[in-house]
Amino acid sequence: MFKKLTTGAVAVALAASVQISSVSAGESLYIPQLSYRTGPFAGGGTPIANGFGDYLAMLNARDGGIGGVPIVSDECETGYNSQKGVECYEATKGKGALVYNPYSTGITLQLIPKAPVDKIPVFSMGYGLSAAAIGEKFPWTFNYPATYWDQLSSIIKFIDSQDGGIKGKKVGFIYLDVGYGKEPIPLLDQLSKEMGFKVVKIPVGVKEMQSQGSQWLKVRKERPDWMIMWGWGSMNPTAIKEAAKIRYPMDHFIGNWWSGADVDLRPAGAAGKGYRSANMAASGTDFPALQDVLKYVVDKGKSQVKDRSQVGTVLYNRGLYNAVAVAEAIRTAQKLTGKKVITGADMRLGLENLDLSAARLKEIGLPNFALPIKASCKNHGSGGAIFMQQWDGKKWVKTSDGITPMTDRVRAALEKAADKYVAGKPDWVTQKCGG
Amino acid sequence: MDFLYSLFVGPFVDMFSTPDFLLQVLWEGFVTGTLYSLIALGFVLIFKASGVFNFAQGIMVVFSALTLVGLYQAGVPAYLALLLAVGVMALLAIGVERLVLRHMVNQPDIILFMATIGLSYFLIGLGEFIFGGETKSMITEQLGLPTGSTTFAPFGGVLILQHIDIAAVVIAAVLVAGLAFFFSKTRIGRALRAVADDHQAALSVGISLNQIWAIVWFAAGIVALATGIMWGARSDVSFALQIVALKALPVLILGGFTSIPGAIVGGLIIGFGEKLFEVYWGGLLGGGVEGWFAYVIALIFLLFRPQGLFGDKIIERV
Amino acid sequence: MFYREAGQYKTSYKADSAIFPILQDRIAIWFYLAVAFIAVPLFGSEFFINSMMIPFLIFSLAAIGLNILTGYTGQISLGSGAFMGVGAYSTYKLVTIFPDMNVILAILLSGFFAAFIGMIFGLPSLRIKGFYLVVTTLAAQFFLEWAFIRIPWLYNYNDSGAIEVPNRRVFDIVVSGSEASATTRYLVVLSIVVGLTWVASNLIHGRIGRSWMMIRDMDIAAELIGVRPLVAKLSVFAVSSFYCGVAGAMMVFLWLGAAEVESFDVNQSFLILFMVILGGLGSLIGSFMGAGFIWMLPIVIRAIPKILGLDINASTVEHINFMIVGALILVFLIVEPHGLARIWAIAKQKLRVWPFPY
Repeated sequence: MFKKLTTGAVAVALAASVQISSVSAGESLYIPQLSYRTGPFAGGGTPIANGFGDYLAMLNARDGGIGGVPIVSDECETGYNSQKGVECYEATKGKGALVYNPYSTGITLQLIPKAPVDKIPVFSMGYGLSAAAIGEKFPWTFNYPATYWDQLSSIIKFIDSQDGGIKGKKVGFIYLDVGYGKEPIPLLDQLSKEMGFKVVKIPVGVKEMQSQGSQWLKVRKERPDWMIMWGWGSMNPTAIKEAAKIRYPMDHFIGNWWSGADVDLRPAGAAGKGYRSANMAASGTDFPALQDVLKYVVDKGKSQVKDRSQVGTVLYNRGLYNAVAVAEAIRTAQKLTGKKVITGADMRLGLENLDLSAARLKEIGLPNFALPIKASCKNHGSGGAIFMQQWDGKKWVKTSDGITPMTDRVRAALEKAADKYVAGKPDWVTQKCGG
Repeated sequence: MDFLYSLFVGPFVDMFSTPDFLLQVLWEGFVTGTLYSLIALGFVLIFKASGVFNFAQGIMVVFSALTLVGLYQAGVPAYLALLLAVGVMALLAIGVERLVLRHMVNQPDIILFMATIGLSYFLIGLGEFIFGGETKSMITEQLGLPTGSTTFAPFGGVLILQHIDIAAVVIAAVLVAGLAFFFSKTRIGRALRAVADDHQAALSVGISLNQIWAIVWFAAGIVALATGIMWGARSDVSFALQIVALKALPVLILGGFTSIPGAIVGGLIIGFGEKLFEVYWGGLLGGGVEGWFAYVIALIFLLFRPQGLFGDKIIERV
Repeated sequence: MFYREAGQYKTSYKADSAIFPILQDRIAIWFYLAVAFIAVPLFGSEFFINSMMIPFLIFSLAAIGLNILTGYTGQISLGSGAFMGVGAYSTYKLVTIFPDMNVILAILLSGFFAAFIGMIFGLPSLRIKGFYLVVTTLAAQFFLEWAFIRIPWLYNYNDSGAIEVPNRRVFDIVVSGSEASATTRYLVVLSIVVGLTWVASNLIHGRIGRSWMMIRDMDIAAELIGVRPLVAKLSVFAVSSFYCGVAGAMMVFLWLGAAEVESFDVNQSFLILFMVILGGLGSLIGSFMGAGFIWMLPIVIRAIPKILGLDINASTVEHINFMIVGALILVFLIVEPHGLARIWAIAKQKLRVWPFPY
């Protein structure tokens, strides 16, 4: 027994030491992928990771990478757990990581202070800390196309345009009780005061995600006119089922863009008919770039998707869109610096000067896939529009054009929040934006 | 003053001004309580027969439901999948007895308890390894369970009863009746009770302990499967359920570790209590009190009646 | 051959009952300390220090805390994660209320808050034990988790609900926060862990530690020969929670840099319990071994397929990790309930007689 154990231990120790000394060598663009394919949030994390990975794999297979440099990507499993996310960050940052896409607001919050020190930008696409959109205060953090606060204001704007306005109405806000769900609350409180509606907040703890009986009893008690949901993972399908159970009018129930995936609505099926959610990218595979993904990656068996039908779902395309933005930022950085192999600092420059216009989207084979993104030194993410989609019992149908956020209100609130964030930190790195 | 009002008066005013809603809350509490009872029942079965406090019971609930859904998704017809899932639980029971329990005879209880924590970790890994980590929806219709709901109008209000909830209560009742019959009328059942009373006496009259252990673990597996199906139909199947399943522990404190009626009554008390408290009083504390309400009740209970409502053994105190 | 005690004569009782009675062991311990204090900071890469050594040390301290409670006193607890949280949140409050406070002092002070909370939740242990105590510690776990979310004062009303570590200097060196270098943080963690381990060792081998073990072995007999259960039990909850609290504070302030309540959830409690079981119940060295084992295992599992050239995705690694940990717990409890520490002791025994075992 003992001898076996010692030999085993020695073998393992040797193996580990070999691993530590091996460094990814050669000319490549290293993009670590913090994904979660396990745990209660795997339903959302898996398609995102697939879409993200498959697009980069397609670029490698079709074009040999970006600007002739191959992309190397590692997945590190976070389980949507902030602590594991930081561990993944620490484990991969030394390998020349260009950018981190944490896919968790909790992990994003932890990485924000690390980014300027390690000189690796954090790109939380449509999530994370809203105030990080203020480029002067957060040079290393990006969250376009829109922050949570933008998105919330767009949803409120949408509600305001329905049924004779939002004034005097009661809005229920059901949210996952972690950093992510709590993020938009300051703006919600502010808007409720300014626009004259009442807010009922209903938190759902991570442990109660799958048994929301009490939460929806409270909804029944309070009878809000509208419900807004900031949910993720297995919270979403449960919430929709529970809403159907208490016969809440589905077309008055709006999810943000993390609460509107195919996996969220399929369990409810016809009962979820009428449920709306925000979105930022088109679904389906009718785009040349997605066809290329199918051709070069999925059909060759290089993807982790189980079958072709998973390509083109809401979250798959979201992950792919994220990879598109990263790839385009790398291209921009290569153009700006003239280097082929770039560093995290160059990547920051690329992200800051990203101009993903409608024309450029068409060029890369994604015409009308999403609304254009244009970043600047001042603005790292605020202001993008969202569109609404509605579940027809079987699939999502796009029902609105871009709804722009209430930029006047949001920008001021974001700046205030950014100041508050920086206030207690004397060593915080900021930047000045000329003009 | 406001606070005192909302603590002692407001909730009751709420309750009686909208009695239909109160009924709905009570119904929710009743159904949740039934499910807690079922999980607790699995604990009690194993504890009675082998003195093992089986921490893995909650995981077994998820694991069995996951097996069922996983088999169905792999193309096995629903009823066959149900049979196979029962078979898997039997294999698990035999496996646990052969590989774990048999080697741990005479170990202190606390070591056995920790072993079941290890077992639950192993089952989580195995379940996700085979069936994947994503949330799955229960195959309610395929199993012939009812869906839809019925609306009543008591006190001029609305009371919505889900058919699946009614089915859950009925199945739980049938299961308990079946177990009661099994324990009192069959040969194996009597052997089980003998083992529960006195291990050595049972051994001396020729009852095989190993066999009995495998049988109780199997029975607990069946209870777990039934619970998993019901719970899965109400929400979805994923390992996030295991934390909810831990609520069976306070239920056991209330009911006593060895009493089947205790498990049922304890489950119902916790079910009713936490729903009422969360809906009518939770707002005072910012909500989300469900997470610990059951444990705190158990804590208070422990200080006054450590043997539980129906526990028959005076526990050793220090 | 080299590990032999021939010629070492004990001339006093004190020498005979020393913790390291054999000269080679004393040399070895000084050698390990030298490696940890000098070689690791000099030659360790940042990844090695930050992702392996710091968490290993921090979890070792938490495991020592739980081991004092579970291994030495026989009171099983599933609330250690929450007590770590108490330490972390109270350090956060201390350093934000008193910005000029020495952060190392704040970390140590926060242990006392954790000790206080631990004593409150330890009160039921005066009446109950075993599984019943498991439930009360779970009550502590879930109640405290809830408090960390719903009492916004604890995280200074941050919009994010997370606690973030400010940059703090001690003697002009940045010790905590994102700007602190890994080596500095490592040295601080190492000093605290070594110091507290020394304290723990003295507590355990002293009068109070013996009274804990008496309670574990037979509480009624212990009471008969004059151990007061009230004092012994409450003191063990206090000491254990103190260690967990300090570990939690270090986890946030000297390792992660920020934390949410998930870092202190029930899974963390399980993990620490596993470290104690695998390392060895009732053994300080075992706490280090268990923490190292549980911490390194996923890193090794991740590394092996890469070395073999296999492509296994991240989630499979995670699942395999769960299975291995679960299976190992079972194997250890069946084959060697005293854990890695016992195997270590057997190894030393074999070395002592090698190469002539008879």
